[in-house]
Amino acid sequence: MSAIEVRDLVKDYGSFRAVKGISFDVREGEVFGLIGPNGAGKTTTLRIIATLLRISSGSVQVFGKDLRREPHEVRKILSYLPEDAGAYKNLTGREYLQFIADFFASGRAADEIVRKGIEIASLSDRIDDKVDTYSKGMTRRLLVSRALMTEPKLTILDELTSGLDVINAQEIRKTVNAISEKGTTVLLSSHNMLEVELMCDRIALINDGRIVELGTPAELKGKHSASNIEEVFTKVVMA
Amino acid sequence: MSSLTNIVKKEFREMLTKSTIIPVILMAVMFGYLGSMMGDVEQEVSAAPVVGLVDLDDGVISDIAFKVLNASSDMAYNGTDVDAGLEEVKEAGGVALIVLPANFSSDILNGSRGYIEVYWMMAGAGMLDAISSSSVNTLLGSMSYSISAYLVNESGEADPAVVLFPVERSDTTIFQGKVMEDVSPEFLITMLSAQSFTVPFIIMMIIIMAGGMVISSMGLEKENKTLETLLTLPVSRGSIVSGKLVASALVGLVMAGIYMVGFNYYMTSIETSAEIDLAKYGLDLGPVDFVLVGVSVFVSLLAALSMCMVLGTYAKNYKSAQTLTMPITLLAIIPMFITMFKDFGTLPLALQAVLFVIPFSHPMMAMRELMFGNYALVLAGIAYVAAFAVVMIAITVWIFKTDRLLTGSMKGKGLAGLLLKRR
Repeated sequence: MSAIEVRDLVKDYGSFRAVKGISFDVREGEVFGLIGPNGAGKTTTLRIIATLLRISSGSVQVFGKDLRREPHEVRKILSYLPEDAGAYKNLTGREYLQFIADFFASGRAADEIVRKGIEIASLSDRIDDKVDTYSKGMTRRLLVSRALMTEPKLTILDELTSGLDVINAQEIRKTVNAISEKGTTVLLSSHNMLEVELMCDRIALINDGRIVELGTPAELKGKHSASNIEEVFTKVVMA
Repeated sequence: MSSLTNIVKKEFREMLTKSTIIPVILMAVMFGYLGSMMGDVEQEVSAAPVVGLVDLDDGVISDIAFKVLNASSDMAYNGTDVDAGLEEVKEAGGVALIVLPANFSSDILNGSRGYIEVYWMMAGAGMLDAISSSSVNTLLGSMSYSISAYLVNESGEADPAVVLFPVERSDTTIFQGKVMEDVSPEFLITMLSAQSFTVPFIIMMIIIMAGGMVISSMGLEKENKTLETLLTLPVSRGSIVSGKLVASALVGLVMAGIYMVGFNYYMTSIETSAEIDLAKYGLDLGPVDFVLVGVSVFVSLLAALSMCMVLGTYAKNYKSAQTLTMPITLLAIIPMFITMFKDFGTLPLALQAVLFVIPFSHPMMAMRELMFGNYALVLAGIAYVAAFAVVMIAITVWIFKTDRLLTGSMKGKGLAGLLLKRR
C-alpha cells in the first residue's frame, strides 16, 4: 500500500488555480521530497495532505484513508510541521509537549510520548523554561520533536531546517532520518537542495502547479546530466 | 516627498482602516439616536402632563387646585369616581390621578394640612421614565404654592407651617399591573436602581471581556503560528470551538464575579435605598426567576462568544484582533445605555426591535422584567438568543472546516496575490 496516493489534485483559490492536477505516490517508509520555486504549489499541496485545505477536485488517500471522507482518521496518523510554525509562548517546552501528547494518548502512554519528545528536542534543562524565552533554533527543535514524538505513520515537514544554523540543521536531519528508519513515512519540502539530496529517497519537482519531474536523486541527476539536484532544479525551472 | 511626510503617510494608512472607521461611524450614529431620544424626553418635559382629578371636596381650596391643574395640564378626567378616573387616565396615556378628599378645603381652612392621594400610572422603570412624573410633581408644587398664596391673603393668622406646606400627599404607584401603596415613581426607580445600573453594567463587562479574550485567542493563534498545528491534531473542529468558548466563558464569569463584588459594594455605598425591601412590594425574585436570569446570562454569553469566534476568524494577528472587538463592545454598550434609561415597554417600536435583536440586551432586561412578571419577553429572549448562539456556533464550526481560517476570504485579486506569496 502507498502511504500517500495523490490523483489529479486541483486546488483553486477563487479564480486562481494554485495546483493544476498533480498525481504522485509516496511509498510507505520512504522520504519523499517536494521541491520547486516560490509559488509553485508545494505548501498548498502539503497543507491539503495535512487536512488543512479542502480539495477542489481530484483525490488524496493517506494509508488508504480518503482525505475528503475521513479527515479526522487521517489526522490520527500524521503530523505536520509548517514552515513558520510556533508554539504556545506561555507554556514551557515540557508543557507544550504534554499538551500535544494528550491528544494522542493518556496516562503513562502520554508520559512516554513526552519523554520521547524531550529526548528528540535535546533542550536539556531549558525544556522547563517558557517557550517565549527560546531562540529560533530551540523553538524549531521543540516543534520537530512535537512532530516526531508520536511516531506518526506519516510526517509532513515544510522547510524542515528553515532558519537554523548548520549544526542545528544537521542534528534535526539526523533525527528525521532515524525516525524514517523506524518506519515513519516522511514528506518534506525544502528550498535547500543539498538537504533534499541528502535526505530524500525520491523527489518530485513542482512548477506552476504541475509536477514536472519525479524520480530518485540519482535518476534526476542522470536524466539532466547534472552534478547535483540544485543543477537539476535550475535546468528544469529555467527551461 | 520628505521623510517626515513619508512616515506620516505610512502611519496614516496603518491607522485609518475600514475596521477603525466603521466602529466610529456606528458610535456616531448611536449617539445621534440617543440624542434624538433625549430630544423626545425634552419634548415630554415641556408638554403638559396628562392627569385626572377626582374632586370629592368641591370647596374653595379644591377649586384653586382645579384651576392650577387645569391651567397647566391636559386633564383627561374631572369627576368624583376614582375607578372611572383611573380608567380614563390610563386610556389617555396619562401620568397621575389626583384625588382631593371630601374634607380637603375644610381641613386646610381649619389650620390643618390637606391630604391628597396621587395614583401614579407608571409606564417604565428606567431613569428617563421618571420624567413625566417629575412634571406632575412640579404641577403639584404649583398647586401647593397657589394654596399657600390664598391662605396668606385670606387668613393672616394661620399656622405658618400649614401656610408654607398646606398639602400632604400619599402616593400609590400602579406599574405593570402591580399596585404599590405608599410608593412614588421616583422611589420605585430608586429601588430598582441596582437592576437598572448594576446588571447591565456587569453584563456589558462580561461580554466585552470574555468576547475580547476569544477574539484575541484567535489572533494570537494566527500571530504565533500555532493554529495550523492545532488544526492537524486528532481533535474535532467542534471540540476546538467548544474548548475556546467554554474556557472564555469560565474566565469571563470569574472576572464578572470579581467586578460584581466591587461594583455592588460601590453601589450600596452610594445608595440611600440600600435597606429597601423589594419583597415588601412584591418585587422580589423567586428561585425560578433566578434560574431564568442565569439561563439568560448563559445563553447571551454563549452567543457573544460564538459571535466573537466568527469575528476572530478575521483576525490576522493580536493587533487586528483588538480592533475586531469594537463591534462587540458597541453591541454591549448600546443595550446597556438604553436599558438604563428606558424600559423595554416604553421604547418606540423601532428601538424595541433593535433592542430585541441585540442578543446581549436580554440578560440586561431579564431581572427587571421578571420582577414585574413579564415572563413572555424573558422566555422569548432566551429562545431567540439560544437560537442565535446555535447559529453562530454552527457558522464557527463551518468556518473551521473551510480554508477560510488559513487563507482569509476566498475572493479578490489581492487575496490571490497574498496566497501566491504564502505558498
